This record gives sequence, C-alpha cells and structure tokens, in this order.
Amino acid sequence: MSGIPHDHYEPKSGIEKWVHHRLPVVGLLYDTLMIPTPKNLNWWWIWGIVLAFCLALQIVTGIVLVMHYTPHVDMAFASVEHIMRDVNGGHMLRYLHANGASLFFLAVYIHMFRGLFYGSYKAPREITWIIGMIIYLLMMATGFMGYVLPWGQMSFWGATVITGLFGAIPFIGESLQTFLLGGPAVDNATLNRFFSLHYLLPFVIAGLVIVHIWAFHHTGNNNPTGVEVRRGSKEEAEKDTLPFWPYFVIKDLFALGVVLVVFFTIVGFMPNYLGHPDNYIEANPLATPAHIVPEWYFLPFYAILRAFTGDVWVVMFASWITGGIIDAKFFGVLAMFGAIAVMALTPWLDTSSVRSGRFRPMFKWWYRLLVLDFLVLMWAGAMPAEPPYSTISLIGATYWFAYFLVILPLLGVIEKPTEAPATIEDDFNAHYGKPAE
Amino acid sequence: MLKKIAISAVAALSLSAGAAVAAGGAGHVHDTDFSFEGPFGKFDQNQLQRGLKVYTEVCAACHGLRYVPLRTLSDEGGPHFTEAQVRAYAAENFETFDAEIDDTRPAKPADFFPGSNLENAPDLSLMAKARSGFHGPQGTGINQFFKGIGGPEYIVSLLTGYTGKTMESAGTTFYENTAFPGGWISMAPPLEDGLVEFDDGHDNSLHHQAEDIAAFLMWTAEPKMMARKQAGFVGVLILLITTVLLYLTNKRIWAPIKGKKKA
Repeated sequence: MSGIPHDHYEPKSGIEKWVHHRLPVVGLLYDTLMIPTPKNLNWWWIWGIVLAFCLALQIVTGIVLVMHYTPHVDMAFASVEHIMRDVNGGHMLRYLHANGASLFFLAVYIHMFRGLFYGSYKAPREITWIIGMIIYLLMMATGFMGYVLPWGQMSFWGATVITGLFGAIPFIGESLQTFLLGGPAVDNATLNRFFSLHYLLPFVIAGLVIVHIWAFHHTGNNNPTGVEVRRGSKEEAEKDTLPFWPYFVIKDLFALGVVLVVFFTIVGFMPNYLGHPDNYIEANPLATPAHIVPEWYFLPFYAILRAFTGDVWVVMFASWITGGIIDAKFFGVLAMFGAIAVMALTPWLDTSSVRSGRFRPMFKWWYRLLVLDFLVLMWAGAMPAEPPYSTISLIGATYWFAYFLVILPLLGVIEKPTEAPATIEDDFNAHYGKPAE
Repeated sequence: MLKKIAISAVAALSLSAGAAVAAGGAGHVHDTDFSFEGPFGKFDQNQLQRGLKVYTEVCAACHGLRYVPLRTLSDEGGPHFTEAQVRAYAAENFETFDAEIDDTRPAKPADFFPGSNLENAPDLSLMAKARSGFHGPQGTGINQFFKGIGGPEYIVSLLTGYTGKTMESAGTTFYENTAFPGGWISMAPPLEDGLVEFDDGHDNSLHHQAEDIAAFLMWTAEPKMMARKQAGFVGVLILLITTVLLYLTNKRIWAPIKGKKKA
C-alpha cells in the first residue's frame, strides 16, 4: 500500500495462510500499522490520533445519546433534560459529547495549521489536503446541526442566522433556504432533518478519514524538514523511518493522554465554560436573544462574514459592478466560504519550491501573523458588530485573504530559502546522538 | 411573521452595526462564595433544604420548576430528604392534573414540580445555568475561567439588588435593580429580611435567603454536579496514571533510537 519500501505481512501458520489467501485483511492492517514513518516527526504530528479519537468519542457518545433524545420541537429540550437528570451517566455522556466537539475543532485547527507551516499540502499530498478540507467542512456542518438539537435559544437563533446565509444568495436564495429548513422558518421539519444529517455525516466523515489516511500512506508522511524519505531501497528507507507501531503509536497515545487529562478536567469541573448560557433557555421563536454568538470554533469565519458591511469599498464596488446582485450580505457569505476555499487552494497558491516553513525565513513571519490573525478574528467574532470590532474584523479578514492570495504566491518568487538537510537521517542525527557514539 | 422576525434578525446581525448590541446594559454582579464552587466543592445539604423552603414559600407563587422531578429531592448529592418527607412535601404543596382520573390530585414524588403560574415568570429549573454573572474582560472569558460563569451569583445579586425606586411604563410597574440588564425589572422585590423562617434557625437576613435560593436553583439546574465532579476526578486520576506509564514506555522504546539529546 505504501510507496515507501518496507516489509510486508507474511502469513506463517496454516490458518493465517488460509485466511490471507481468501481475504488479506490481516495484511492490510499490518501494512497500515507498520507504515514507515519519518523518524523526525515532532509533537505537532500527534493531532491526527487526537482527531481519530474525537471522531470515535463523538460517534459512541452520540449513538447512546440518540437512544434517549427526542427530535421534536415540543420535546427536544425536555429530552435533553431527561438525559441530564434521569439517564444513568447521561450528564457525563452529554458533557463529553458537547465538549468533545470543542476538542475535535481545537485538534483540527492545530492539525491544519501544522500542515500550513510544514507545507504538508504540497505535491504530492494535494489530495490528502483537499480531503482534509472536505472533512473540515463536514465537521462544521455536523457541529452546527448538532448544536441545534438541544433546541435552546442559541440553537434556534443560530440555525435561523446560519440558514439565513443561504437566503442571501441571489435569485435562488429564498427557495434554497426554504428547502433547507423544510418550511418558511426554523421549525420541527428543520429539527428533524438536522437530526437525520447530524447522525449521517459523522459516518461520511469516517469514510473520508479512511481515504485521508490511505492517501498519505501512499505518499508517505510529510515531516518537519519537508525532505522526502529516500526510497531507493528498503535499507535506505529504514535510515529515515521507523515503523508506526510501536514508535509513533506509543508517542501519540502519550500525547493523547496529556490532551485527555485537560479535556476531562473541563468535562468534570467546568463543562459549561465553552457553551452559552442562553442555550439553557428553551427555544422561543418570539424572543430574540440580545446577542447571537456561534460556538467558539466558528468565530473566525463568523467575523469574516460580518466584516464586509455595506460601507466597505470592495463591497460597494462589487455591488456596483454586478448591478446590485452582490449586496453586502451576499458578499459576506461569499467572503466566509471564500476564506475556507482559499485554504483548500493552498497547494496551488504556494509557489515556493521549499516545502517546510522551517527553511523559509520570510514565510515564517507571515505565517505567525496568520496564526495571530486567526486568533484575533476568533475574538472579534464574539464581540458586537460595532466599531472598533468591525474595523478589526475587516483588517483581519483582509490579511486572511492577502496571505493566501498575495503573500503565498509572491513569497515563492522573492524569498531565498535556507539550506535544508539532505536527508531525514541527517536532521535526526543533528538532534540526537546514538548512545554508542 | 416568524419569517419576518428571522429575516430581520439575520439582517441585524450580519449587516447593521450596533443592532445586535445589548450587552452594554449588563448589570453589576458581585461574587459570592458558594460551597459548591471549585473542583472539590459540594452542595451544602442544609442550604439546599433552606433554599427549597424559600422556593416553596416565595418563588413558587409565580415561578415553576417544570423539569425537576419531585422525587429527586431525596437524591444523594441534593437536598437529600427522606422519601417520606418528599411524599409529604409533594402532597402538601402541589396538585397535579391526573389524566387517568380526569381530575387534580395531590402531587406524588413521581410527579414533576409544577410549571410557572404566571405567563411572564420564567421557569427556574435551569435559571442558574441560563444566566452569566461574569464576563470579559474584553470578551476573553478570563473572568469566567476563574470565577465561574456566575449564574448563582447573578441570582443573589438580582434578589439583593433592588434600590427601592419604581417606574411606571405602559401600565406596568418596573423596579430598579442594579443586577438586571437594563436596570429595570418587572418582578417586585420578592424577598426581605426575615421573610422565611428556617427550621434550623439559620440566619434569615435577605442576603442569606438569596444565597440559599441561589444554591437551591444551582442544584435544580445541575442535580448531578457532585457525581460529575466525582467522575471527573476519577477520570483525571486514571488518565494521569496512564499518561505517566505511556510517557515512560515512550521514553524506553525510543531510547535506543535517540540516544542522548544533543544541545
């Protein structure tokens, strides 16, 4: 399966041969688990395991929660309270599931920014990157619809605002919004379809995760130097790599343990810290909350959505040139989805021949600014849409697009990269010396 | 109608600056030390029992607790009354409509607390989690991290925050309150010094009554809090041990590969 030469599974006993001849499943598992992995991977490479854990956690807790939840506008809120009060361990299941979503997004953001720094998106790993972006989009859809299910005030009004975005699309918007909601407004039909999709999408994600893993098992992992594993022979490859089991499995599990200690502390002692108090008020279509805020993991893109108001010149220009078809609201929607689209296009926007940011002196600074920008946007997304926050959001959104559309393409041309080590082995030996030496 | 509200809400949010702002009018909430705060904090059983008395004699006149089953009053980690006490309490204080006999009958432990009697009096089951007393600074959530979200503190501050001033508006009397967002609330001051006599002879000044009802409402909102903290504690402990073992395993298997770390 892997492109890097390594040992393959050899069935030994009679029964192993019998099974292998008919279904080489043990061989598949063996090759997956023993994949040669660059031995210089650092701690930023542990988030894949955390993500796999999150997906499993969300599916397992979710399946049990569904056994006690009622997707009906009159009963959903009460059924969640039933879970919290009467179901054995129900309060833990629900808090694990709700905070599990936060851990999932925290992990996916670090995982993505890891890829952005070390150039994991570059050839030949573009498909791994694109599949990752699709998984991220599906995660956002799943997370959003899951937040609607408890049928609290934020559930209802969040659903109203977000589905309203589709209503901003010219010509077809209103019909599309009605189609998504199953009616003219967020109601029982909406809750039911969100419930159905919230149950379905995680399994689609699971399927895509398998493809994601398959893709990078074929190309091999990227690594902090961005230098490829030597593939001339098995012996050569073994100088650069170690098998995934046990070296990286144990390392990743240790890291997962550290992450879970923090996670369990939050679930056990402050499970509502990341939530919004208004969601403990049952949904009321007649009372709008003072301040509708999405969950923290949507805030950077929510800030970009709100940044492009009617008095921004690009918005006025777009409106003028399209004869008013693109108004401020639609522009905001385009900007929000565009902000994710430019990330997906990074493999073709980054013109640098060097993969890892470690050897790109100018890139490093722009990248750090992007991370800061992301955090500032996250903060601005939670603040009211008024000056100075609207200005800050606009600057943040501008930098976000500038990074992907201007800075990345230009840097490849003007930047003079530093010398990367010739091999992964050299990089590893520069940090660690064998005991014998 | 719904659609109109929805659309205007969307418009207000995504477009117009200032329309989505109401946080500016947040009232003042002072910190209260509750026994249930912190990772090891527990509900004070006596305080919850006093809180129930305040609820029954005062709040229940208008408000409800529709998500709280009466039987949970005997739960461990709650007010922890005996089952006989709960049976007596339910029968004495509440009536329930029973579809089987097509009539009302005295409530039993298997029933829920009744809902609100007044349409504009919100249900209090989850109130302690549905309000936040602490914010910021500057939208960072740091205060909530250290002080908690501040639901019970908000309740105490609200109940003790009446200034005594009133205002008439469109036929309704509003009372000035330093904790209520906007400063004017339509609920008349419900508590006063010495209003509720506690069976255990506990101090029944306004402030103590307010703290007791806030603690009780925290329990109605989060009845499994103590079980949750227990689970969290065991979970963290097991994970810590596992993590240490994995750390040592990791060090061991990498040792022959890595050798000594160079500077």
